[in-house]
Formats: sequence, C-alpha cells, structure tokens
Amino acid sequence: MGETLQTSPGGAQRHGVTFNRPVRTLRVKMVLLGSSGVGKSSLALRFSKDEFRTVSPTVGCAYLTRVVHLSDVTLRFEIWDTAGQEKYHSVTPLYYRGAHTALLIYDISKKETFIRAQMWLKELEKQYIPGSTVIWLVGNKGDLTQDRQVSVQEGQALASDRGLSFTETSALSGDQVSELLLAIAHRVYECVGAQQGGLSEWQETPHMDLHHRDAFNPFGSCCKVGP
Amino acid sequence: MTIAEKNPQNCLSDWNGIMERDIQQEGEAQKVNVCDPPSESNPPAETLVTTFCLLGNHMFADTVEQKEARGTAVKKGGEENVDQSHCAANEQILDVEPHCNQAKKLETENSEDQNNASTNPADSECEDAAMDNDQSDSGEFVVTMLAKAKLEEQGIGLKGRSSPLLEAGTQESHGFMSHRDEDVMADSWRQHRKHVFVLSEAGKPIYSRYGSEEALSSTMGVMMALVSFVQSGDNIIRSVYSEEHIVVFLQKGPLVLVCVSSSRQSEEQLRAELLYVYYQIISMLTQASISRIFEHKKNYDLRRLLAGSEKILDGLLNLVDSDPSFLLAAVHCLPLASSLRESLSQTLQKAITPNLVFSILIAKNQLLTIVQEKTVIEDTRLEPADVHLLLNLIGASSAFQAGEIWTPICLPLFNPDCYFYAYISYLDPPECTVCLLLLSTDKEAFYAVADCKRKIEEAMVAQNSLSLIAKAQSYSVSQVGVSDLRHFMYKPFDVPDNYRQLTQFTSPEMEAPYSSEDEKMRLLDLYRFMHSRIHSTSRPLKLIYHVAERETLLAWVTSKFELYTCFSPLVTKACAITAITKLLRWIKKEEDRLFIRYPPKYSTTPNPSKSSRGSKSDQQDTTDNGFLSLL
Repeated sequence: MGETLQTSPGGAQRHGVTFNRPVRTLRVKMVLLGSSGVGKSSLALRFSKDEFRTVSPTVGCAYLTRVVHLSDVTLRFEIWDTAGQEKYHSVTPLYYRGAHTALLIYDISKKETFIRAQMWLKELEKQYIPGSTVIWLVGNKGDLTQDRQVSVQEGQALASDRGLSFTETSALSGDQVSELLLAIAHRVYECVGAQQGGLSEWQETPHMDLHHRDAFNPFGSCCKVGP
Repeated sequence: MTIAEKNPQNCLSDWNGIMERDIQQEGEAQKVNVCDPPSESNPPAETLVTTFCLLGNHMFADTVEQKEARGTAVKKGGEENVDQSHCAANEQILDVEPHCNQAKKLETENSEDQNNASTNPADSECEDAAMDNDQSDSGEFVVTMLAKAKLEEQGIGLKGRSSPLLEAGTQESHGFMSHRDEDVMADSWRQHRKHVFVLSEAGKPIYSRYGSEEALSSTMGVMMALVSFVQSGDNIIRSVYSEEHIVVFLQKGPLVLVCVSSSRQSEEQLRAELLYVYYQIISMLTQASISRIFEHKKNYDLRRLLAGSEKILDGLLNLVDSDPSFLLAAVHCLPLASSLRESLSQTLQKAITPNLVFSILIAKNQLLTIVQEKTVIEDTRLEPADVHLLLNLIGASSAFQAGEIWTPICLPLFNPDCYFYAYISYLDPPECTVCLLLLSTDKEAFYAVADCKRKIEEAMVAQNSLSLIAKAQSYSVSQVGVSDLRHFMYKPFDVPDNYRQLTQFTSPEMEAPYSSEDEKMRLLDLYRFMHSRIHSTSRPLKLIYHVAERETLLAWVTSKFELYTCFSPLVTKACAITAITKLLRWIKKEEDRLFIRYPPKYSTTPNPSKSSRGSKSDQQDTTDNGFLSLL
C-alpha cells in the first residue's frame, strides 16, 4: 500500500504537515487500558519510539504521540498510556473519554489480567457509542510462551464474541507491534474517519477543550465511574 | 548572622556556659528514666512479656527464648517520679524487663491532655485518679488485652489466608517486587538499619520497607496489639526502647506507622520520618479517601490502592536516609546566577493558563525556580515537605521519561483532602535532567497545560537556557576559602515576611573524606546527632561544639539561621569561630546565587474564590474519587 511508519515524536518536533497540503493530518486519540504490569507503557514506548526498556509503574497517565502515514491521510496518534494501578481507576475515564480507539491489554502469562481486561471492556461499553470507538484486544508478552496461561483461542473467542479485533504482541521483542499500529490506523480511518466529524484535523496549537478554557468547571462532566 | 560578626568572643563564653549546663542536664536527664522499684507484681504481666517476645521473634533475635520467661516484673512508674520538673505529670514510664539484658521501655503519653496537664491542677488530679484506676484494675486490664491480642492474631491469620481482597492486592503488585522477597526470618533482614512498617488499625499490613507484607502479617499483628493494648488504657504508645533498637509508633487516622531503628537517631527524628511516609501515602490517595475507605470497611486492604507505589515509598525512605533536606525540613536549590534564575522565572511566569497554580523547574533533582499563583501565595506557601514529596515522585518514577505525564496528586501540607493535577515532562530528552512540573486545579486542563510547556520549551530554546542549566552545579566547600572547614549546612530563617518564602538551605558537595557512601552516611549521622541535641524537646541547645573521633562539629541556631559545620579534627575552638564568621560572610555575599530570593508570582485564576485550598469545588474531587473497584 505504500504507507510508511516513521517515528516522529509529535510533541517536541514540529511536523511539516499543514492543512493546505493534499494529505490531511487527523488526530486520533488512543487509550491503553489493562491491569498493572501487563506492558501498557512498554507497548506505548514501542508505538512512539520503537524502544524497549524496563519501566516503573506509570504514575497517573503518560501522554505520547506517534504519526502514522497512510496512503491518503496522516494520522497523529495521541496515545494515553493509563496506569493500571487501582488507585488511578477513578480518574481513568478522564483519559478514555472521547477515545477513537481503545486497546485492552492483558498479559498472556497471567490469567487474571485477561479477566480484568473483560472488566475494562464492560466499563468501556458503558461509555462508548458503537462504531465510534475501535476496541482492540491485545495479548501482550507473546515472548513468554512457556508461561502461557491464556491461549490464543481464548483471546480470539472473546474478541469475536464481543466484536473486537484481536492481536498478540510482544513489546519486548517488538513482534507484531508495528503491524498492530498500522492495522489500528486503517481500522480507525475506515470506521471513525469516515463519519462526519469523527476525527478532527490536527493543527499546530490544539484547540481541544475550548469550552473549558474560559469557564472553570470543577465538577467535570463525566468523570464518575459506575454507581 | 550578625552576632558572630560582631562579637565572637561573647559567643565563646556562651558556649562554655551552654556546654556546662549541657553536662548538668545530662545528669538530670538520666534521672528521668529512673523508675520506681516494682511496687507490686502483676501475675498477668507475662502476657505483656509474651507480646513483646512475639515482636522479638522478628525484631530482637535474642528474645525468642524469652517467651517462656516467668516471674518477670512489669513496673509502672509515673505517679511518684523523682524528677517531676522534667517528667510531665501526664507521662508514664512503663518498664518491662525480661530476664535478658534487653531492657525495654515503653513510654506512653496520655491521649487526652497531651501537653498541658501539668499546668492544669484539675487535669492532673483526673490523671492521677485514672492512673489509680489503672493500677487497681490492672489485672482485668491485662486480661482484656490478652483476649484482644489473641483475637487480633487469629483475625490476621484468617484474613491472611482467606480474604479474596488480600489476594487481589497481592496479584496486582507481583510484577514490582524487588527486595520484597527477602526472608523475614533471616539475620540479614533483622540487621537492616531502619525498618518501616505501615499497617491499618485492623492490623492489616500495608507496607514494609524490607520483606513481604504477608510474611510479616503476624509481626504487624503484634505491633497493632501493642498499639491497642496501650490505647485501651486511654493512652497512646509512642516508643519502645531496647539496647540496640528503638521502636517508634505514629498513629495517623486509620493508619499506624512503625519504625524499628538501630540508627541511633532520636525518637523525634524517626517520628518525623514516619510522618513523611504518611504524607507520601496521602499524596497518592488523599486523607479524605483513606478515612472514607476505612470508615466504610475497617479491614480494607490498602495495598490494593498502593500497588505499584512501593517503589515510591522505598525511594522516599532512601532519600530520607541520604538527603539532609528531610532532616532540616528545607529545600535545597541548585546554585544559579541570579540573572539566569530570574529569566527562567520570567519564562514560567509568561506561560500560564487558567487554574495553573504552581510552575516548578527542577534540574538534577534540585529546585531551579518556582512560580506561584498570586492568590495562592497570599493564602499560603508551598511547604518544603510537599516539595520533597514531588521531587521524590519524579525521582522514583522513570515513567516520566517516556512522555508527558498527567496525574492527580495531593500536596498533604497544602491541603490533605484535595487533588492537584500535575503535568510532568522532561525538557531535555534523552538526558532527562531538566524537569518541568506544572500544577493545575483543573483535571481537564491537560491540553492547555501541555501548551504552556511548549511555550516554555520555545522560550528556553531561544535563550539557550538548557545549556546554561547544564553547566550549573553544586559548589565545593573550598570556594568558601576556610582551610579547616570540610562541610556545612546553612538554613536561613531571615526571609522577608511578605514573601512567605519556601524554607531553603544550602550545602556544598560532600567531598573527601566524605566521598564514599559509608563516610557520607557517617557525616549525616553526626549531623543528625547534632540536630537531635539542638532540637531536643526536653532541653534544646543553641550551640554545640562537639569533638568527634575523626572530625569536630559545631552546630549553632539563632533566630536568623540554623548552621551545622564540620571541621577537621585539629581545629581549635577559636579557629572554628573565625571560620564560621568567614563562612557567614561568604554566604551573605553569595546568597543571590545560593537561594531562590524573590519567588515571582502570576495570576491565572479568573475568580480568586476558586483558589484551590479549601474551596468547595475541590472537595468535590475527592468525592469523585470513589475508588470503585472494577474487580
């Protein structure tokens, strides 16, 4: 198809794309969800810098960017790498609200992370409008096949049951990571980008949250989880 | 500062006076600890001894066999203390002496009238009455205690095995265990210099510095038994002394913090360190949430919420041991030409957005500059402890290096019940030494705040600030030009009131002979000793000249500053005074470079009533934070 995956840390380095060029740059909000220690941050680091290093548990939420060029459009992924720790769960909706794509990540060597992923799915389903969010089930740590507790079939079955896409990756080796990002990019562009107002155009200065700029709104709009 | 300049001779004579008094008081102080001979022997006293020995199982290797000890006397002193002037009427000394040499002293303080019982005759009468009551009922009292302790133990045993919550918590935290796998029965575990434990009022383990919490659940159960034993007598347990160790207790709301130390630090210092641990927990969860959780469910396993944060607490305890900022309760800022610091502050001042309240620039884990919102600065100031917690958070988490972070964080001394939203990002990837921290009260403000960072980044590139910051470093004591001076710590109090400035201190690099980790620690221990003498609650000193084995130290506190100096061992008193005079002159000359002198402010909050502290809107945040389980 001719598209390339170039590393471009969007925050620090200004990308040359402007809106009078034929290729538009669209913003895609991606959120990574899953238990503590399944490799969300490692995956995010692979996505944005194609690096791997041992990381500490994420504090709050990390924000990274990655630009993906498709044949007729450029997508600027804004990756929200959430903390899996329970103490941050109350603020997680802040991060996944309005996400175009959500990655539900589990660790194939830990059964309970797979169960937790299903909890996250339930939580997400309360919030999203079908068709507006691409949800992808990701079995990470594919390199740990000798300790595997969740089979490929189980992952696949859950995904097809709930109408999700499914991939197994390894952030450690980098296996399937760029393929996953590309597949997500296509899917998001097809599903969400096609809709009217699905994806907003990226400009030098993001104008998100315009309605919040002048009015102090302490009560947030939808930051309460569950009952 | 001026006193020394004017009249060093007077100071010298003062010293002699103080030192003499010091010696006298030393004698008196020892009397305080003398207790009455056992006036009665309580048969149920064994229970108490057993309790101690259970603790001893883990803490004091030698006492294990003392479990069977019989006929041990439990002494209760207090009501007829020899030295009433020093021992407040509300202080009982409960002395427990098992057969072994390890005399343990249990100091308790009455919970109701902590400080002023002695000044209020009515109160002390009540106190006496209560104590008599205690004595006559002591049999019953101890039996009740025994039942309680047993219950506690059983409870813990059961919970340890069957609680699904506990298991969930364990699974969560598995990936991040480091020295948590340590064998808690091993000698090496016992020999750690300083243990810190956090438990809930139900005796549930929350955190242990070394070893896994589960393995320690019975030890923590005993700690809780001790706490509730003393509590049932309307008292609060404060410390237990043995020959080798001191055990310090701190109760904060539903949490109990315990420190077991062989570091020879004072009880007050150890308690202050426990308070830092408590504040770090509050900074992640808020006080209101913790109270609410335990109100709702007494035996909640808080490790569920702290999972993944052990590293932050470990990091804090390591910093507390190695960084004198915590001891001095002051912030160390990186020495910087005042013009550069000013231009950095201006850069921060210009990049603002509504509800931004603090902009903090950090390099090499030291403060470069801090800019505050105007209404906030009028209202209050940032406490050093809050800054320490922020610096520790940044230092302990490598995650920040990956991208921009947006996280709720509570500044416990600013307001223990509300969250700020912190934006954290490094400005110099991939080195990651210069860090920007922006605190907002609006959780939705990420994009706006991230935009401020880009403005700051641009301005800094334009001014070439990053390379200038990279050149900045701590200074050498040789710059002072005093030959015998090896090291010092200077904390000024003389800040203009209207600035309500952050408490700071300055200190040179630790150089030879304090270059190895062991030697650094030894010097810090000497400083801690001097600090404990200066800040002693019973007899504070203003000036100490201490000739140690391998160096001579001088500590001096005035209304304007607190100073700790370390000299070569051959220095004379007269030389030391001259040196200090020189040092104070040098600091005065350099103070614009050594300290953040005039913290700038900005105005970002459209409506001043919406400032963070205590505003209703932020209280809302904590109710938001219902910690609903997705399990």
